[in-house]
Amino acid sequence: MSILNMTRRNLLALTAAALVSGATAGAARAEETIKVGILHSLSGTMAISETTLKDAMLMLIEEQNKKGGLLGKKLEAVVVDPASNWPLFAEKARELISKDKVAAVFGCWTSVSRKSVLPVFKELNSILFYPVQYEGEESERNVFYTGAAPNQQAIPAVDYLTKEEKVERWVLAGTDYVYPRTTNKILEAYLKSKGVKSEDIMINYTPFGHSDWQTIVADIKKFGSTGKKTAVVSTINGDANVPFYKELANQGVKATDIPVVAFSVGEEELAGIDTKPLVGHLAAWNYFQSVDTPDNKAFIEKWKAFTKNDKRVTNDPMEAHVIGFNMWVKAVEKAGTTDPDKVIDSIVGVQVPNLTGGVSEMLPNHHITKPVLIGEIKEDGQFETVSQTDALVPGDAWSKYLDGSKDLIADWKTLKCGNYNTVTKKCGA
Amino acid sequence: MTTLRTIFWALVLLAGMTSVAMAGPYEDALPRFAADSYADTEAAIAAVTSSGHSLSLRVIEALRDGQLLVGAGQVVIRDISGPLVDAAKGQPSGANAGSLKPVRVNNRVRRAIEAALGNLTLLSTDPGTRLEAARAVFRSRDAAALPTLDKAIAQETSPNVRKALRTARAAILLNKADASSADRLGAVATLKERGDQEALALLSSLPSGTPSDIAEAAGKATDSIRARLALWSAVQNIWYGISLGSVLLLAAIGLAITFGTMGVINMAHGEMVMLGAYTTFVVQELIRTYAPGLFEASLFIALPLAFLVAGVTGILIERLVIRFLYGRSLETLLATWGLSLILQQAVRTLFGPTNREVGTPAWMSGALEIGGLSLTYNRIAIVVFAILVFAVLQLVLRYTSLGLHVRAVTQNRRMAGSMGIKTSRVDALAFGLGSGVAGIAGVALSQIDNVSPNLGQGYIIDSFMVVVFGGVGNLWGTLVGAMTLGIANKLLEPYAGAVLGKIVLLVGIIFFIQRRPRGLFALKGRAVEA
Repeated sequence: MSILNMTRRNLLALTAAALVSGATAGAARAEETIKVGILHSLSGTMAISETTLKDAMLMLIEEQNKKGGLLGKKLEAVVVDPASNWPLFAEKARELISKDKVAAVFGCWTSVSRKSVLPVFKELNSILFYPVQYEGEESERNVFYTGAAPNQQAIPAVDYLTKEEKVERWVLAGTDYVYPRTTNKILEAYLKSKGVKSEDIMINYTPFGHSDWQTIVADIKKFGSTGKKTAVVSTINGDANVPFYKELANQGVKATDIPVVAFSVGEEELAGIDTKPLVGHLAAWNYFQSVDTPDNKAFIEKWKAFTKNDKRVTNDPMEAHVIGFNMWVKAVEKAGTTDPDKVIDSIVGVQVPNLTGGVSEMLPNHHITKPVLIGEIKEDGQFETVSQTDALVPGDAWSKYLDGSKDLIADWKTLKCGNYNTVTKKCGA
Repeated sequence: MTTLRTIFWALVLLAGMTSVAMAGPYEDALPRFAADSYADTEAAIAAVTSSGHSLSLRVIEALRDGQLLVGAGQVVIRDISGPLVDAAKGQPSGANAGSLKPVRVNNRVRRAIEAALGNLTLLSTDPGTRLEAARAVFRSRDAAALPTLDKAIAQETSPNVRKALRTARAAILLNKADASSADRLGAVATLKERGDQEALALLSSLPSGTPSDIAEAAGKATDSIRARLALWSAVQNIWYGISLGSVLLLAAIGLAITFGTMGVINMAHGEMVMLGAYTTFVVQELIRTYAPGLFEASLFIALPLAFLVAGVTGILIERLVIRFLYGRSLETLLATWGLSLILQQAVRTLFGPTNREVGTPAWMSGALEIGGLSLTYNRIAIVVFAILVFAVLQLVLRYTSLGLHVRAVTQNRRMAGSMGIKTSRVDALAFGLGSGVAGIAGVALSQIDNVSPNLGQGYIIDSFMVVVFGGVGNLWGTLVGAMTLGIANKLLEPYAGAVLGKIVLLVGIIFFIQRRPRGLFALKGRAVEA
């Protein structure tokens, strides 16, 4: 009986809360605006990474409005909080598209949240800009992937280590979920195609938020003491990184002995660690705050002014949102409307400058061209770029190194297909 | 500065050693630092090191510290005190500081620097520097260092350093094709004596073309080292288990009071740990701003404050929420879970969603090497601290009047009330004590984990597991439970991996609880029914 009462009381409270939030949203609704949805977690585990992206989007929208808006209308940000809860991402996405009628959505961080909203974007035919490096093996008509595909991050990083550090033995360490698993599968296939033997590859997965790294770091040390140069390729996710790096430092694993190259550790993550023992460990991204270009300098200044915090750092997914947002603005201007179908058609081929001095282009597979930067951690928590690709690298939706996907291509311009099989000449694998 | 003094003496020594400082190679090498290419920098390091010039050490050390500046065709050393020194002549330089940039360094260059410093400081007067140098040469295995190494061994007085120097020499000789057979066999023996992973790496990766007698000796040596290391690694795993167990104990021991003895399912327990960690962060921030000298003691200052912050929060929670829900465990669970979300979001709003940096005092960094064991200082500190907390808590419960009252109320609330104990006051204090202990656990955990609003979530499940497994209402049960789970986890991990290991452990606990629903150390008698 008491349980029933409790639930009813909770329900009442929930309904009341929903009514209040609905009312405020209604009051804020102005007549002539274009709405832009921001779908990033502001609470829960992922808030640590996603809150920054929400702020970055608000800044971009404010800036665009100062320039006079878009198609003569002001832009209006609609911020929702999916609270690091994957099913809630789908619910909030539906709310943004059907209730708030947003023209496009910028959001998601984890692959599982993206997978959760995909059916909604397809069903309601809207547009999602996804700003985070991911495992690839996907291309959807309604999604634009402005983060790196594996060939724009993982593969060049491994190439750098092979060439510059003469690495022969590899530890692929990751958190146990889809992005590390797929990336490591691709990397393993790639390394083997380069003649690395399977006894020279160690693969290790840990649960989310893993905090006791003693055994694993000891294992890595042992694996690295055969006389062959060893490196760790880390796809360890956010929260688990701090204890991992602390343990490395404590057990005396230095970058000069066993370098760690990370794909999920950026300026934001380093802000919470004492970086002195980590100097020399690497990260592969498409952008670093330390990149010395006028565009980037201006961006950092704007960001610090916008957040009113001189210590705020910028990172790679923020740059992805900058590129994605500018591309969307250009595509809307080109199409003369925010109608998703027209924007999807007009955005392919759109070029906008990125913050590292190049010009990124939206490709027919809905990925973009990006430079690949390898950086070493410096004492101040920033990265020193030690290698940069000469040209921009086009993102591959489907990996060339996996059996299931090497024949697939995505082309939404001419083929109108996200998984066209070049052998059977059929769409749909 | 002692380092400066060492540098000075090393320079004097070097100058004495190479009576005629050659002018050519050193000056030729310097401009290559300005080429902004890692390969050139590496070559320049090698040339500068072998030049024997009196400024070599200073140049390399400046490069390591990011104080070697180039620009406008000049190479300049920036002294710690500020003035610029021309690297070629050692005279004050008139270069414009604004036009200069530090020479860029990557891992490859860093390795070269380490090796070069090793070669250059083998004859330093400071034993610590010599030891570092010996280790650096051991890693670099630079045959050019051999003459200096022989000289250093001959005049070495400290047995520790001499041992390091000899292993460094052995490492070079082992891979030197033109060394005599006796020398190389001796090297194998020296490395076998060292017997660690690095020695194993050297012995097991002999270059092809090594004579068979040496290869055979090396093979035997690797076998014996492997056997020795296997033994040590078993001990090492148990140590990892103890250290994980002590982390679990710290996280769970507060819960053992609130849940174990009071029966309150406190889902906000993890947030008390988080509050303790954030208190540490605030204390360190204040110390950094107002009294940097106290930094080494920051954790000790944070301990009572963390206890206070978390304890007072605990008492408030008890007075404002839990008091009305005694005996209704489901409602308590929901209410405290809600509280945990509120606390998380409050901290997120106050401190931001990103991780906060809590520094590690110098005495907690690094590792202690005993035989084949490597015990990191921060883990040792946490194990000792966990045991201390446990002992103090045990004493409080046994020998103080608060402890007596808590035990009385736990065993029979109505009887205790009839005897004149203010049960509601005891409830509040006991809850405060449990929360306060969680707070000081947060101080310790801030050293090994993220200080973020999510910190507590990672520990709440483990804490309940430990308390339930150990037996509700018994601190000894919590101790044994934490250690058992820690050691079992760490013994499983090398075989099953971290993910599967945890699953196996959870399944094991499910079976165990089915057999013994009251855990390892069940309370017996009337108290059980209360």
